[in-house]
Amino acid sequence: MNGIHDMGGMEGFGKVVAEPNEPPFHERWEGRVLAMQRAMGYAGAWHIDHSRYAQETLPAEVYLSVSYYQRWQLAMEKNLLQRGYVTADELAAGHALHPARPLAAKLTLDVVKAGLTRSSFYRQQQAPARFKPGDRVRTRNINPATHTRLPRYARDKLGVVERLHGCHAYPDSVACDRGDDPQWLYTVVFDGPEIWGPDCDPTLKVSIEAFEPYLDPA
Amino acid sequence: MTDNKHDHHHHDHHEDHGSELSETQLRVRALETILTEKGYLDPAALDAIVETYETKVGPRNGAAVVAKAWSDSAFRQALLSDATRAVATLGHVSRVGDHLVAVENTPQRHNMIVCTLCSCYPWEVLGLPPVWYKSAPYRSRAVKDPRGVLADFGVELPKDTEIRVWDSTAETRFLVLPMRPAGTDGWSEQRLAGLVTRDSMIGTGLARNPSEVAQ
Repeated sequence: MNGIHDMGGMEGFGKVVAEPNEPPFHERWEGRVLAMQRAMGYAGAWHIDHSRYAQETLPAEVYLSVSYYQRWQLAMEKNLLQRGYVTADELAAGHALHPARPLAAKLTLDVVKAGLTRSSFYRQQQAPARFKPGDRVRTRNINPATHTRLPRYARDKLGVVERLHGCHAYPDSVACDRGDDPQWLYTVVFDGPEIWGPDCDPTLKVSIEAFEPYLDPA
Repeated sequence: MTDNKHDHHHHDHHEDHGSELSETQLRVRALETILTEKGYLDPAALDAIVETYETKVGPRNGAAVVAKAWSDSAFRQALLSDATRAVATLGHVSRVGDHLVAVENTPQRHNMIVCTLCSCYPWEVLGLPPVWYKSAPYRSRAVKDPRGVLADFGVELPKDTEIRVWDSTAETRFLVLPMRPAGTDGWSEQRLAGLVTRDSMIGTGLARNPSEVAQ
């Protein structure tokens, strides 16, 4: 979706300001939000792309005005409600009022102590890879109203395949509950001027991680 | 509060700010209560996750990887060809999942990592991302004006150096292998790791020179 989250190349947000000696969390509740999100992900309540999509579909003014972990919190509530893990009356009451919806797993202390690693996104290939490193490709001009990982600035642009990362779960399908729909994933690199025009710094190159359905031969 | 009793504007502003924060705190606490009562969550596991990111996983994990790569050319090669597998051989550093990619800075090319669409970041080697990495200014400008972003960090590179920006739009995660500073011949990995900053592994900074660290 062409939402406010798709910020690459926008102007007007000002300088990048780093905070010296920044702590991992500024408020205790931020850590709880992150940990709840990890636990519900481990339990299989939803996928990471559902979390991203829930954030992207927040009203633009909310997305820009709340803090990072508030955005996570709002997105988590949305997924919990949409998937029936909690109900609005429970959120209002602050307590469980109805039976739980079963989950595939539960994140326990032992699992965390053993070391939580990221899950793998590799999936079984459905067909041979269409492109190989060195191939020239053009990104498609797609504007889905739903979740996609092809940023606006990189649509309908001529690039070169640099790496092939194997076959991965496809976010555009996962976010819409259409299953993993495995697709080949590539690093595609563009010359700066191809994206930003002839005034662009000629030393700039930008790459995206592009799923095969984003690409046509060129 | 007594001091502000007659300063209505200041008083109101202060109250609004305070209640907004406590509203979020209450809302998060309520959510944890509900999810725990429903049996979805184990609060002890949540404590352990928070503790992990507060005390165990941070940029020093990545710094150990970089220092090893600077010291051991076979490891450097392994890291650049499959970073997940290479880091896994350093059992003491951190456990990493799939799809970690290391990219090397050279005199000809400087790499910078961004996630324009959200906040993808190599947690397992760098810990949680700083606020600036997740902010609109960085996400919007890194892909269009990386030299301007570098200037915000006080970094200026030669005009003919290629700037390569990697937008983390999938589940691949990127770690920049910065250039080893001059004047560090014969240094131990531990001493080298002290030169590796978080920002140098994102590409918004360079590794520190020996003169910048206390001996």
